[in-house]
Amino acid sequence: MKVGVVTFPGSLDDRDAARAVRAVGIEAVALWHGDADLHGVDAVILPGGFSYGDYLRCGAISRFAPVMTTIMARAKEGMPLLGICNGFQILCESHLLPGALTRNHELHFLCRDQKLRIENNTSAWTSAFDAGQEIVIPLKNGEGSYQCDDATLESLEGEGQVVARYVGADPNGSRNLIAGITNAKRNIVGLMPHPEHAIDSLTGPTADGLPFFTSILTQMVGA
Amino acid sequence: MSLDTVQSAQTTPDRIQPFAELGLKPEEYARIREILGRRPTSSELAMYSVMWSEHCSYKSSKVHLRQFGEKAPHSDALLVGIGENAGVVDVGQGYAVTFKIESHNHPSFVEPYQGAATGVGGIVRDILTMGARPIAVMDPLRFGPADAPDTRRVLPGVVAGIGGYGNCLGLPNIGGEIVFDETYAGNPLVNALCIGVMRHEQIKLAKASGAGNLVVLFGARTGGDGIGGVSVLASETFGADGPAKRPSVQVGDPFAEKVLIECSLEIFAEDLVVGIQDLGGAGLSCATSELASAGTGGMLVALDDVPLRDPSLSPEEILMSESQERMCAIVEPSKIARFLEICQKWDVTATVIGEVTDGNRLVITWHGEVIVEVPPRTVAHEGPVYNRPLAKPAYVDRVAREILELPLPSDSEALKEAIYKLISSPNMADKSWVTSQYDKYVQGNTIQSQPEDSGMIRIDEQTHLGVAVSTDANASWSYLNPYEGAKLALAEAARNIATAGARPLAVTNCLNFGSPEDPGVMWQFAETVRGLADGCLEMGLPVTGGNVSFYNQTGEVAILPTPIIGVLGVIQDVRARTPMSHSAGDLEIYLLGKTEQDFAGSEWAYLHHQRGGVAPTSDLKKEMRLIELLLEGQEIFEAAHDVSQGGVAVTMCEMVLRNKIGATINLVDDAAVALFSETPGRVIVVVDPRNSERLVELAKKFEIELTELGRTGGALLRINEIEIPLAELDLAYTSTFPRLFG
Repeated sequence: MKVGVVTFPGSLDDRDAARAVRAVGIEAVALWHGDADLHGVDAVILPGGFSYGDYLRCGAISRFAPVMTTIMARAKEGMPLLGICNGFQILCESHLLPGALTRNHELHFLCRDQKLRIENNTSAWTSAFDAGQEIVIPLKNGEGSYQCDDATLESLEGEGQVVARYVGADPNGSRNLIAGITNAKRNIVGLMPHPEHAIDSLTGPTADGLPFFTSILTQMVGA
Repeated sequence: MSLDTVQSAQTTPDRIQPFAELGLKPEEYARIREILGRRPTSSELAMYSVMWSEHCSYKSSKVHLRQFGEKAPHSDALLVGIGENAGVVDVGQGYAVTFKIESHNHPSFVEPYQGAATGVGGIVRDILTMGARPIAVMDPLRFGPADAPDTRRVLPGVVAGIGGYGNCLGLPNIGGEIVFDETYAGNPLVNALCIGVMRHEQIKLAKASGAGNLVVLFGARTGGDGIGGVSVLASETFGADGPAKRPSVQVGDPFAEKVLIECSLEIFAEDLVVGIQDLGGAGLSCATSELASAGTGGMLVALDDVPLRDPSLSPEEILMSESQERMCAIVEPSKIARFLEICQKWDVTATVIGEVTDGNRLVITWHGEVIVEVPPRTVAHEGPVYNRPLAKPAYVDRVAREILELPLPSDSEALKEAIYKLISSPNMADKSWVTSQYDKYVQGNTIQSQPEDSGMIRIDEQTHLGVAVSTDANASWSYLNPYEGAKLALAEAARNIATAGARPLAVTNCLNFGSPEDPGVMWQFAETVRGLADGCLEMGLPVTGGNVSFYNQTGEVAILPTPIIGVLGVIQDVRARTPMSHSAGDLEIYLLGKTEQDFAGSEWAYLHHQRGGVAPTSDLKKEMRLIELLLEGQEIFEAAHDVSQGGVAVTMCEMVLRNKIGATINLVDDAAVALFSETPGRVIVVVDPRNSERLVELAKKFEIELTELGRTGGALLRINEIEIPLAELDLAYTSTFPRLFG
């Protein structure tokens, strides 16, 4: 049982994501952006950072990396895929998830401990949560405002594809306070906050991020 | 203009050269001619002008800085001392930690975003150059009055620049300071500190040795930005007129630096370099001359092989350019293929531009013609040294005689109002508007960051070994008494390490001063260095390196003397660190240390526009006993928080607001003095009542005064009869920055 973590040039939280994967007893495999081979992994995480310097648009260049071709094909077949922060942006640019992440409404980079409500516990990455559970994990980005058209928003809400929502003061102007979404198959999740930075209360605000990784463990054991 | 070669310099000895425009004095120009036995070529003149600038040569400070070596305490921890890109200390378990602080003041005033961003970039490359992985940054900042229009231009730009660059590099920002004062209005201070970690055997040095080894330039291409940054910007006073200096500010590309870091670390891991140097101030002039000077002395460089962003650059401009994100390595021919392969993997441009030679000359050619032929030591290490005149400024004795006239309220309402006034003042107010723009979580090893007393990073996930760093300065005290001011800043930084339970180990410093050509400023500087060297000797802490920034003044007005002192400490188990605030009620609160009437240079005096009086005198022996007490008693402390600017009042406010758990304290003596005086050497600690006897024993053993203040708990901060609801206090504390800079 292996989870791959992709390193693009400019990825920052790749080692943190690998640490979080190992923390729940799964082997983490480093994947390189230029290598289309997924080296036998069962699931993939696209970590946070500023891949390719976020030039052009966040995630716009990474989407064309050789590794993404394979990932996109496998994810469409149902392979669990989690995009965190810059990874979420890449998922949107890849059209694996709808919508886009734009500049925070206050136009600043914002790093804070953020309260979230888990709205959907049926995705591959959120099954270990209770529905409606509130957690606190770090949020840190400059372009985290989730935007989409009305029809997409209605569909996301109607189909239960919103996996997490911000609770309390609006951090970035996201539509309907959306912090994360999933696809119809529930195998792909994009999340703006960082569960990999909340795996213990020594280095994070809480250990509330761990269930994202235990969810995938359960999913893979069950599969 | 035709190419000025060594040959043409010999045949046209009388050509008029623009040395003054490049910042060189007539006697310095004469010395260059004497060294070379001819006039310099225009390229040589460019090199000497940037390398002999105040910023690079330390020509005014060198005679004083020697004290750090002469008075150095014996230390087994010091692995690499002053003189390299950054000092390195042994923190145990085979780990070596390097840390250094540098200024980027002038560029940050001209162009706040890029100035601050490239300040971060520069110090990170210094740390990387030692062979270390950068693991955290910190930024002590000083600005003009918080409500001044220009502060609203400079501060948001500086903060965005630090965040924009540091966040993109994936370095947690774990601390720093922000202080406002009128004297920084035309000259803000942007100091940047970086910490890096490596194994002992991975330490790299900046030297070129082994004839036949290759000189490789890798990283970004060279452009026309930052030309003369060190000589035109950093080594001159800003005047009201004169040409715009914006082109002298470098432009940063953090993505290029992030890739350069990963590429370099992969190169280091395979042991592919003999020596390495980053390109910062003075660019290629600095890197080539320093590498050659520290090595055997000979180097041949083909300047036309340097990859350019702008092909129209002249050789002089290429030598002076401070384009960012570049490194220069010395590589054995047998390892060059693998070196270039790693660079290619990371899409980093790498070019062999020369080789180490026998002999002792740095020779640089341009399309085959020799344009530079110099002894590299004369460029890099044997620049001019000035023993500048110094004189105690008249203000020192005058302000010492001033009697402070400060309101010291006694009734509850007035005291409450005073606390609100203090806690909402820009210097004391919550800084999270700033720190929330910095990523503190990346790399997953941050144990503590702002607003804790120190930043703390775990360096080993298995053994839980960690390091803590704090930077401190009290410029108001340094203004009154620079000798004591430096010692007090050192003591405060060390105390801020010890409150968390880490043992202070080594010191770095960034000395920010006005013009060295002013004897009064030079006296402040000399006194500061003497104080710091004496203090470090007494406390047994070696100075591992640092930076001097002169010419921080606007016209005749110099900034307050601002020596920022950084102290690094080691903690064996980060899980046991003591936080700054209590996380439960019914615990006992004590004050360690004695409170005197110390209002000179205090925040309370600053709020009443009074600068005079006599600064407190340091008692470093007692500071060391306090540190030992904190370390020996670490396990009993539920919280420990340094008492400094703003006195006990601010310390208590910060403690109750951190976890929103109140406290009740009783002050028996004059409440205003107990609350607002800033006597150094004090810490507020919180212990479980079961441990109070042990605390009394420790205080007795280390001869530190101990006063019981009260108990934690509730939703109020209650001081004698004063009752302050935490929600109200929090609003006063947190609304200042959004209101000013929102």
